[in-house]
Amino acid sequence: MPPQDAAGRAVFARRWRRRVARAGFVPMDHGELGKLLRRLTGRLCVLLRAPRFDPRAAGEIGAALVGAHLTEPAVLAATVSVIGDHLVAAAGAGPGHRERVVQIQGAVAAGYVRALRAATMAEQERLNRAVLDAHATAERALRTSEEHLRAVFDNAAVGIGVSSMDGRIVRVNQAFADLLGYPVEEMCGLLVPQLTHPSDPPDMWRLYDEMIRGDRDHVRLEKAYYRKDGAVVRTDMTASLIRDEHGAPEFTIAMVQDITDRLRLQDRLEHQANHDPLTGLPNRAMIAAHLDRIFAGATRVGLCYLDLDGFKRVNDTLGHQVGDELLVAVAQRLAACAGEPGRVAGRMSGDEFVLVVADPDGPQELSALAERLLAALTRPYQLGQHRMRVSASIGVVDSEVRGTTPAELMKAADLTLYVAKQEGRGRFVMYDADRNARQAARYELAAAMPDALDRHEFTLVYQPLVSLADQRLCGVEALVRWRHPVLGLLAPDEFIPLAEETGVILQLGRWVLEQACAQAAEWARRFPELRVSMSVNMTVSQAHEPSLPFDVADILARTGLDPALLVLELTESAIMDTEGAPLRALDGLAQRGIRIAIDDFGTGYSNLAYLRRLPVHTLKLAGPFVNGLREPGEGGSVDEQIVETIVRLAHAIGISVTAEAVETRLQADRLRDLGCDTGQGWLFARPLPADEVTALLIGETTAPIYVNT
Amino acid sequence: MTGPTDWVPAGIDVDQPSAARVYDYFLGGAHNFAVDRALAEQIAAMTPNIGETMRSNRVFLRRAVRYLAGQGIRQFLDIGSGIPTAGNVHEIALEAAPGASVVYVDIDPVAVEHSRAILAGVDRTGVICADVRDVERVISESEKLGLIDFSQPVAVLLAGVLHFVPDSDDPAGVVAALRDAVAPGSYLLISHATADGQPPEVIEAQRLSGRTATEIVLRDGAGITAYFDGFTLVDPGLVFIPQWRPDPGDEVDEHPERVGAYAGVGIKN
Repeated sequence: MPPQDAAGRAVFARRWRRRVARAGFVPMDHGELGKLLRRLTGRLCVLLRAPRFDPRAAGEIGAALVGAHLTEPAVLAATVSVIGDHLVAAAGAGPGHRERVVQIQGAVAAGYVRALRAATMAEQERLNRAVLDAHATAERALRTSEEHLRAVFDNAAVGIGVSSMDGRIVRVNQAFADLLGYPVEEMCGLLVPQLTHPSDPPDMWRLYDEMIRGDRDHVRLEKAYYRKDGAVVRTDMTASLIRDEHGAPEFTIAMVQDITDRLRLQDRLEHQANHDPLTGLPNRAMIAAHLDRIFAGATRVGLCYLDLDGFKRVNDTLGHQVGDELLVAVAQRLAACAGEPGRVAGRMSGDEFVLVVADPDGPQELSALAERLLAALTRPYQLGQHRMRVSASIGVVDSEVRGTTPAELMKAADLTLYVAKQEGRGRFVMYDADRNARQAARYELAAAMPDALDRHEFTLVYQPLVSLADQRLCGVEALVRWRHPVLGLLAPDEFIPLAEETGVILQLGRWVLEQACAQAAEWARRFPELRVSMSVNMTVSQAHEPSLPFDVADILARTGLDPALLVLELTESAIMDTEGAPLRALDGLAQRGIRIAIDDFGTGYSNLAYLRRLPVHTLKLAGPFVNGLREPGEGGSVDEQIVETIVRLAHAIGISVTAEAVETRLQADRLRDLGCDTGQGWLFARPLPADEVTALLIGETTAPIYVNT
Repeated sequence: MTGPTDWVPAGIDVDQPSAARVYDYFLGGAHNFAVDRALAEQIAAMTPNIGETMRSNRVFLRRAVRYLAGQGIRQFLDIGSGIPTAGNVHEIALEAAPGASVVYVDIDPVAVEHSRAILAGVDRTGVICADVRDVERVISESEKLGLIDFSQPVAVLLAGVLHFVPDSDDPAGVVAALRDAVAPGSYLLISHATADGQPPEVIEAQRLSGRTATEIVLRDGAGITAYFDGFTLVDPGLVFIPQWRPDPGDEVDEHPERVGAYAGVGIKN
């Protein structure tokens, strides 16, 4: 081939390459494209010069372009145009080749289009195949995951069941079948409503209907099922609605988890929280909850509040073990009495029990019940080797629910029980509103006392004691008053018994003793020659308080009062211990020089025998004896003879006698004539504030006094 | 070639345009459906340069893979490989470095199956159907194929992919996870659409792209450069696609920004 031909072809190929590169995407670099087009240029030149035109070979040139991914239509346009303009020159041929050029252009274009069409169809087919493959892959994956799901379904520990929209169970897994004790095949075919259980939540079937209608997609609730063998399993059940691709309900899936054990444990814990571990009876918390329910739903409520009499002694003498056994036995009898719907027995604390009645027929039902309780509880108990009887006291309340509260009801029952105890135990007392009000007022007063002490609401007054022989003031008796902010001035009989019951007496008594001693010490300093004694009352519990000797010694030391000026007044019952023997503590006090007076002598047993053995210095004759004294010559009354006898007896064993409640001159004269040593009463003076006593004492230093004559 | 996966891909819906098939159409391929071509024509009408952008991205990929092979890289992980019409990474890589391994990753199950068909019988190649955002899966599936040894340098190709990941899906975190998975000396290739130097109609094209499964997020040069954290960009750095190491004979347009896309290659420190 001549060299100029090669140069012409190279120019052609370069032109062609430039035009193609501008035409569109070329998935190869310049070198590769140039190489391809140079090769094709050679073949074009051969075609141009060939004696006979070969359209197939020309078509292959077009196909080669497509084969190189030069698929932009502009590439064909560039190719046709380059061939038309420059091929003749490139091939070094003459103008006679014009017709051949047109033939080549046509055949190249036809070959290009044919190849492009084939490539397009091939690519489309490949794409369609890829889509199909992708579907197949996805389906395979889906199948795999369906197999996984089936494995999950079959092997799940939770029960799974599928039911159709007509309520038929169509598929269940082994776990569900096992849970209800059916073979899988038998369970399929059951109807969902056949799985009803009486404890189903009331709205469960409404929820199920909503799901069937498509108004609800999920339901979760606790549901119990009957097993085939009749036993009950309790489950946590979740039901879900599955819809078809149009959103219409298709079937439901239920998943159930056995929570029987969990609920049993929960029940047990709840039982433990609500029951007394010793007796198994409902405890205070559960009784409170029960009362709340009654108050919410019933119209009347009845309550027996009971307490064993002398239970402490059982515990103290026979031990807690026996005490506990007794409580268990009591609880059993109580529960037996309660054994009727609407009646619940419970243990409130220690030996306190209740029996609550919802909607009783009236007081007669409750009193009958209380009678039965008393009868049942007083039957003998055989506890191990111990055979014993106990009695109980019961406070009974029967009330409308309206107008009261559980707390008020309990309080009323408790107060009524207290009354039953006070009235002598072993009995029941029906609630009485007036009595209850009084009782409540007393309780309130008792409860207010410790604060009243702190607020200095108590005060002392002093009633003079006068020597009957010479009318001289020889001592005073300290008497306590309560300046109550609401009730006004209260006398000791209005609050001392209460203080004695509640135990506040010890605190109050110490305060009184200290005040009185301090006052007496002050008078002793100002009027040393008068030797004015100070009498202070002691109640039973004060006298029995082990710390009494120390308290007295301590107060004397702090106030500096001469013990010989202190007189402790005790009643006969306060002087005796629980065994009926005189208190030993009195000896110690007497040895310190403190005098002991027996108050209200003659009102109790007035056992003269013990007087000799006691360190008693004074007897205080009770008011009624003094009241019975008459004019001399009117004939000696019995009282007069008694007074005379007592005085003589007392003097015989070195005990002085003080007469209380002396109101008339006549009485004073008779008492003096009968040998009585000292008098106290309105005739001489009423109880006076300290400063008025001081004024009397000042007068005393100049001349003997007496008042009200 | 990998066996069937137990992972069920996201749906196959050929009534929805697919980014991979639209791309193929712009490259002159026929692996596309009417719905893809209609969208491609619509985008092209709004932004006449789009075809050029797609094509130059493909040309860049060819140059870059040759460059990477020249740097000694023998493992290629092409994420967002699409439907390779012509000038495929595996063809270029295997030509430049016989014995190289190539793994294609795409989220489109059709593209994956197409790649599978093309790669049938080609040694050391594989396909994974995975989402670029699930880096853990991309890495573990690549290891399962036995084609990529992550203790050796690997080229991670993110050509025209990251702009499909919205900021809310933390593209920087995705790139960082890939970086942490590969050995030092590995390469990261990114090409990414940008609004830098673009006329407003590009924004409209971006909106239209929302009709494919994913929307394109245009990011600026600084934002794209930030993805190379932990890498050192090789010359010429992050540039408009036609400016990245053009072949000696290539005519570089005097307005390279018109392609609306950046390209860059970095090596892991």
